[in-house]
Amino acid sequence: MVKAKRKPLEEIKQAIQDYTRVLNIGCGGCVSVCLAGGQKEVNLLNAKLNLVLKNDNRATRVDGFTVERQCNEAFLADLDARVARYDGLMSMACGAGVQLLAERYPDKPVFPAVNTIAIGIDRQIGVYEERCRACGECVLGYTGGICPITRCAKGLFNGPCGGTNDGNCEISKDIPCAWQDIYNRLKAQNRLDDIKKIKPAMQWQNQTRRLVVQDEYASRYKDK
Amino acid sequence: MSESNLAKILKAGHFAFTGELGPPRGANVDHVREKAAPLKGMVDSVNITDNQTAMVRMSSWAAALIAIQEGLEPNYQMVCRDRNRLAMQADILGAYAHGIRNMLCLSGDHQQFGDHPNAKGVYDIDSIQLIGMTKRMRDEGLFLSGAKMDGAPQMFIGAAANPFAEPFEWRVHRLAKKIEAGADFIQTQCIYNMEKMREWIRQANDMGLTEKTYILAGVTPMKSLGMARYMKSKVPGMDVPDDVIKRLQGVDKKKQADEGIKMACEQIEEFKEMKGVAGVHLMAIEWEHRVPEIAELAGVLPRPQV
Repeated sequence: MVKAKRKPLEEIKQAIQDYTRVLNIGCGGCVSVCLAGGQKEVNLLNAKLNLVLKNDNRATRVDGFTVERQCNEAFLADLDARVARYDGLMSMACGAGVQLLAERYPDKPVFPAVNTIAIGIDRQIGVYEERCRACGECVLGYTGGICPITRCAKGLFNGPCGGTNDGNCEISKDIPCAWQDIYNRLKAQNRLDDIKKIKPAMQWQNQTRRLVVQDEYASRYKDK
Repeated sequence: MSESNLAKILKAGHFAFTGELGPPRGANVDHVREKAAPLKGMVDSVNITDNQTAMVRMSSWAAALIAIQEGLEPNYQMVCRDRNRLAMQADILGAYAHGIRNMLCLSGDHQQFGDHPNAKGVYDIDSIQLIGMTKRMRDEGLFLSGAKMDGAPQMFIGAAANPFAEPFEWRVHRLAKKIEAGADFIQTQCIYNMEKMREWIRQANDMGLTEKTYILAGVTPMKSLGMARYMKSKVPGMDVPDDVIKRLQGVDKKKQADEGIKMACEQIEEFKEMKGVAGVHLMAIEWEHRVPEIAELAGVLPRPQV
C-alpha cells in the first residue's frame, strides 16, 4: 500500500496560517494504515496546530473530518456541504487524494499535510519499507521477487555492480545489496540461468501520466 | 578515420599498458595539459574519467579532446548515472566525430558519494545495456530504437570488471554478460588480492572468456600506508589483503611510496605471464607525473608502434 509521512508542523503551519477556517481532511485508506493520515492523526495534528496558531496570535482555526477514501469521488460527496464553510483545505491523504480533493473543490486552496513516500510493506508498527516504484513493467518474475528498480540504488537490470560491500550496497552498510539478494534467492531456487541472460533496456512506461482501463470494462468506455 | 591504437596493440598480441587522467574540477585547460604531458609515449591509451566519485568535473569527452591535442589516445569513460539513452547516443556520435575511438561503459558511482548527493540519478539503462547499445550503433548503424543512423561510430568498446566484489562466484558470469553484450576489452578494478585475481582469471579461462575479450588488469600503486588503509576500509568493492598493509608498515614512512611502486611492478611482472591477461591498466591516481618512472621500472617501455 501507499506509505506517507506527515510533514513537519512548522511547514504545515506556514502553509495555512493566512486562512481563517481550515478543514483538515483525513483518509481511511492507506495513510490510515500507515499511521500518517487517518482520523487519529487528523485529531492529533489539529490539536497541535490549534495550539501553535493560538500561541502565535493567529485567527486560524483547524477542524477535522475523515473520509473513507479520498481517492474516490463517491466518498467525497459527504464533504460538499462542510467544505463551503472553510476558506482553506488541508489533506492528510496521499498525493492522489490531495489532487482529487483539489479537483472537486477548484475554488478552495488545498494543502498537503503529508509527504507521499512509497508503495511499501509494513515491517513493524510505524515502520515501513518501500518495495515498488510502479514502473508499469514488472520484472519480479525474473529477479526472484526482489525489485531491482526499487531496491538497487542504481536500478540496475543486470547487476550487481562492482560496489557491493559484504553483501551491502555501496551507498550504505545498512542497505542490503538488492542484486546480492537476487543472486542468493535464484541460486537457492536453482534459477541462476534467468539472470545469465542479458535483460534489454527498459521501455519505461511511467514517463507520462498513465490511465488504467481494465480490459473487462473497456467496452463501457469505448465511445468516451 | 584511423582505428583505435589500443585495439591495434591488443590485436597484434602486444601486452597493452593504459593509463588514467582525471579531468579538473573547473575549466582549467592547463591542468589537463599538465597531467597529459608525462603520459605521452608511456601508455597506449588514457582513460578519461567521467565525473568520478560523482563529483562534477570537466566532461570526459571534452577532456578527451584536449588529450588528443596533447598526443594521447583517450579512452572515453561514460557512466549511466548522468545521462539517458538519448544523451548517451548523442555523445557517442559526437565523441567519434571528434576522433575518440575507445569507450569504457560504466554504471558509475552513486550520486550520494559526490558533491550533489540529492541529484536525480538517471540510470535509464545500465552498463551492460550501454555496451550493447554502443555495439549496435557500431556494427549495425542502428540507434537503440532501431532507427538507422547516418555514419556509424566505430568505437572500441570497453567495460569494467570487479573480480573482488561479492558474490565472487557470480563475477565471472557478469563478465560473460559484458562480453556477450559486446565488450571488446575489460579493465578491472584495482587488484591487490592476487590470489583472488588468479582464481577469477582461471574461471574466465575455463569458460573461454579470455579468448573473446582482452582483459587488462587494474593496478594502482599505493602511495602510502594511509592510502592502503583508506582503500581497505572506505572504498566500496576494494579488496586489500592484510599482507599489503603489513608490507607497507614494514618500511620507513618516506620509503612507502617506493615500496608501493615496487609492489605494483611485481604485480605487473606476474600479469605479463598470466594466461588470459592481455595488459595492465595503471590507475596512478593524482600521480600522473610518476607514470614514466613506473612504466620504466615495470619494463613496459618503449610502447610498441603498430
